Amino acid sequence: MTEMNYLAALPEIWMAVAGMALLLIGAFRGDRSTRAIGLAAMTVLIATLILVLTGSGAPSRALAFGGLFTVDSFAIYAKSLVLVAAAISIFMALGYNEREGMARFEIPLLMLFATLGMLMMISANDLISLYVGLELQSLALYVIAAVRRDTLRSTEAGLKYFVLGALSSGMLLYGASLIYGFTGATGFDAIATAIQAKGAEPGLGLIIGLVFLCAGLAFKISAVPFHMWTPDVYEGAPTPVTAFFAAAPKLAAIALFTRVLVGPFGDMTEEWRQIIWFISVTSMLLGSFAAIFQTSIKRLMAYSSIGNVGYALVGLAAGNQAGVSGLLIYMAIYIVMTLGTFAVILAMRQKGQMVEKIADLAGLSRSQPMLAYAMAIFMFSMAGIPPLGGFFAKFFVFKAAIEAGGTDGSLYALAIIGVLTSVVSAFYYLRIVKVMFFEEPAGGFDPVDGSLRLVLWVTVALILFTVIPPLLVPLTGNAGVAAASLFAG
Amino acid sequence: MSNEFNYPILSLVTFLPLIGAIFVVFIRGEAEAVARNARWVALWTSLVTFALSLVIWFGFDRGSADFQFVEKRDWIPALNISYHMGVDGISMAFVILSTLLTPICILASWEAIQNRVKEYMIAFLVLETLMVGTFCALDLVVFYVFFEGVLLPMFLIIGIWGGARRVYSAFKFFLYTLLGSVLMLLAILAIYFSTGTTDVPTLMQHGIDPTWQKWLWLAFFASFAVKVPMWPVHTWLPDAHVEAPTAGSVILAGVLLKMGGYGFLRFSLPLLPLASAYFTPLVFALSAIAVIYTSLVALAQADMKKLIAYSSVAHMGFVTCGIFTFNQQGLEGAIFQMLSHGIVSGALFLCVGVVYDRLHTREIARYGGLANNMPRYAFAFMVMTMASVGLPGTGGFVGEFLIMLGTFQANTWVAALITTGIILGAAYMLWLYRRIIFGKLEKEDLKHLLDLGPREVAIFVPLLFIVLWMGIYPSSFTSIMGPSVQKLVQNYQAATQQAADAGANATMTAASATATTTAGE
Repeated sequence: MTEMNYLAALPEIWMAVAGMALLLIGAFRGDRSTRAIGLAAMTVLIATLILVLTGSGAPSRALAFGGLFTVDSFAIYAKSLVLVAAAISIFMALGYNEREGMARFEIPLLMLFATLGMLMMISANDLISLYVGLELQSLALYVIAAVRRDTLRSTEAGLKYFVLGALSSGMLLYGASLIYGFTGATGFDAIATAIQAKGAEPGLGLIIGLVFLCAGLAFKISAVPFHMWTPDVYEGAPTPVTAFFAAAPKLAAIALFTRVLVGPFGDMTEEWRQIIWFISVTSMLLGSFAAIFQTSIKRLMAYSSIGNVGYALVGLAAGNQAGVSGLLIYMAIYIVMTLGTFAVILAMRQKGQMVEKIADLAGLSRSQPMLAYAMAIFMFSMAGIPPLGGFFAKFFVFKAAIEAGGTDGSLYALAIIGVLTSVVSAFYYLRIVKVMFFEEPAGGFDPVDGSLRLVLWVTVALILFTVIPPLLVPLTGNAGVAAASLFAG
Repeated sequence: MSNEFNYPILSLVTFLPLIGAIFVVFIRGEAEAVARNARWVALWTSLVTFALSLVIWFGFDRGSADFQFVEKRDWIPALNISYHMGVDGISMAFVILSTLLTPICILASWEAIQNRVKEYMIAFLVLETLMVGTFCALDLVVFYVFFEGVLLPMFLIIGIWGGARRVYSAFKFFLYTLLGSVLMLLAILAIYFSTGTTDVPTLMQHGIDPTWQKWLWLAFFASFAVKVPMWPVHTWLPDAHVEAPTAGSVILAGVLLKMGGYGFLRFSLPLLPLASAYFTPLVFALSAIAVIYTSLVALAQADMKKLIAYSSVAHMGFVTCGIFTFNQQGLEGAIFQMLSHGIVSGALFLCVGVVYDRLHTREIARYGGLANNMPRYAFAFMVMTMASVGLPGTGGFVGEFLIMLGTFQANTWVAALITTGIILGAAYMLWLYRRIIFGKLEKEDLKHLLDLGPREVAIFVPLLFIVLWMGIYPSSFTSIMGPSVQKLVQNYQAATQQAADAGANATMTAASATATTTAGE
């Protein structure tokens, strides 16, 4: 426990050092070096990914910094996804930033630091390291939401995000302090032992602490009723930043959420399941119904992401290994779909101007068939239609829910509500397909960038071919191993 | 489970159209040339697929009730789900039906579709893969993937190439079917959880907990009843049929509706026999209403396609009735009726398509007297009308007769009610025929209509031939399904018998327990 074991945290240490070095270069050379720094940041992320995948070596769990930090298969799985998502987001942002005159060297760097925070979150094994990781991530995100400081919407988005985020951090801290007060520990392992010792009656104080902690974390994953910031921030932030928001931080926060609930609070599953059940149901409902009336594609994606978090939480509510495994599969597929969709949104440019109304997509299948087909595949996939990836995502979480059942059958109800809301959400996903395919063209978009094209090809291929064993087997296998490591520890 | 073929014939038939579709994707060049090449590639692919599927027809062992041409490979090993394909007497003919109708549809769209031909052909080939896969799948999850995947190409076919209200119809079709299907997905998951497998042959050996059966049955029912469609969830069908392009209607009526009936036969009856017995009155009631009510509605239609769409609902009412009789005649009749209806209603939609292509209206009142200048058309239409009515000597007769025979044994009242449907069916079909074909050729624009061209003749000849073959020598079809149906009936009776015995035992144990207590006192 008392060892430092720096080696386990090597990827994070390397990333922090490299990030700071790039910051120095940026500070000396200014915005001229934006492109170089962007590419360097991507390289750093990829190098970190290699370190994450090869470095630990240990199949079992490794602790570092006196137990504040842990590395297990779960962390490796989640970190790999976060790093890939972040790298793709930076890649997509490069061209955009130059075109839109917001080529600041800080953007890729802030994304890099946010990613570092996410890695810390995923590996957190103590309430303190949890908070440090979370805040590192959040502060970086607040700034990039407001990075276009000369536009009203972007600054508004940043401010809103900051104020509400600070509130949620406060709640989280308050919850953490209650937990510390009632268990006498901040380390996850110690908390688990303390709760186990309390037996069936964990006590009211601890439950209140747990509720506050959940509220704070629910904010970070934008689950209802802590979702209010999401549509405004998604709409206000520059599109590549929104793409980044929708993918990597979501995954990191949900991984953290899972680790906290399954790890230290594993013996209080019955208590937290009610909370997760509630936020899952409300997220699915709101995500599907509120999105119907949206006209902006970015707002629609915001509600869609709220709904998707609801589905992922179905897996967490199951509270068993199959559930966590389903959740991890869900998030992996969700990230691919989301990044692909945002690649399409980034390609929505008419005469050099970004457009973001759904109506602007009209007749896209005539003017740019490939783009339209890519988008249609993502939309059908999000609606959960087989044989596309999104179907398997939903399949695994619902399977877990059915398997867990719940003592009072509440998880059956969750699964039924889940599939019914997925039909409702199919309506608005189909609406986009309708606009693109069944309506007359309304003037095409500018030619698509090479980098976006590459992202599109890769994501489309992944979603289309999820069904074949070479993709499906490793996906389910790795998620299974990752989930098992969480329950073993 | 024999497979004397060394190559995976079912997978070949299933995925060959997909390979053709990929070829079509890569066709480039002038718009004109692309359209032409896309048509030819699609036609050849579907013809080769059909030829290959005949290998199944001829290689099929008609004496066996087992699954044949079985293929099994790991798919999701973590969950013990495998890619399991195979056909038996119930599913084999549907595979052939799908591969037969696809080239016909492609031919029927040869000139009618001028717009986005390449995408159209891709959609049809993908659709063929999914249809064949649905009928071959022997794993619940594999089945679901194919079954549900059908929605994607069909949504686009209705929505892009459909009529005036195509958007509304496409959405209605998609959401209705999806709503039913997602409940089935949950039922599949529940079955997986309670038995640890989704493999259909394994599940058939396995009993499913009777208390669960009812819920699972209802979930499956939600999906299949929408697909069949049964009254009162049939309302998507007239809309989808009317707005879909001709070939879309053909596939919809010819194959997609059969997936519902097939689902009952493959899953509801063998896997959930007790619940099926329990819910039989419900199915009978809905079927009888469907037969009578939708026949009456069909009488009142002014649009040809709508009339035939409602007649489909009525005919499918016969099918569901036959399935839930649980006897050899009823079940064979149901399968036979589905096959013949697949051909007949497909052909009727093609008949509508022929005149629609020429005059661009489906309003019955706009036509009349076509027998004068379109004799070949009048003949084809007549045979199909007669088959739809159920005239002896056509395929329609055999199916309806067997169903009524079966139903009469199961429930005389239901048999009496559905028989009125046959009378009504004769009324609306003959009346439709009279209004379009007979009478004086008075309308100016009708006088210039040309009779069937060589391409259209090529479409109708095989269908006419099959309809008559089914009517004159039905045993080439019933011999396929006989053993499998027999096995299904036996398993069903064994399961219900066992449950009845268990119930009797429980009563007896209770009675003896009471007796002991009384004696003790």
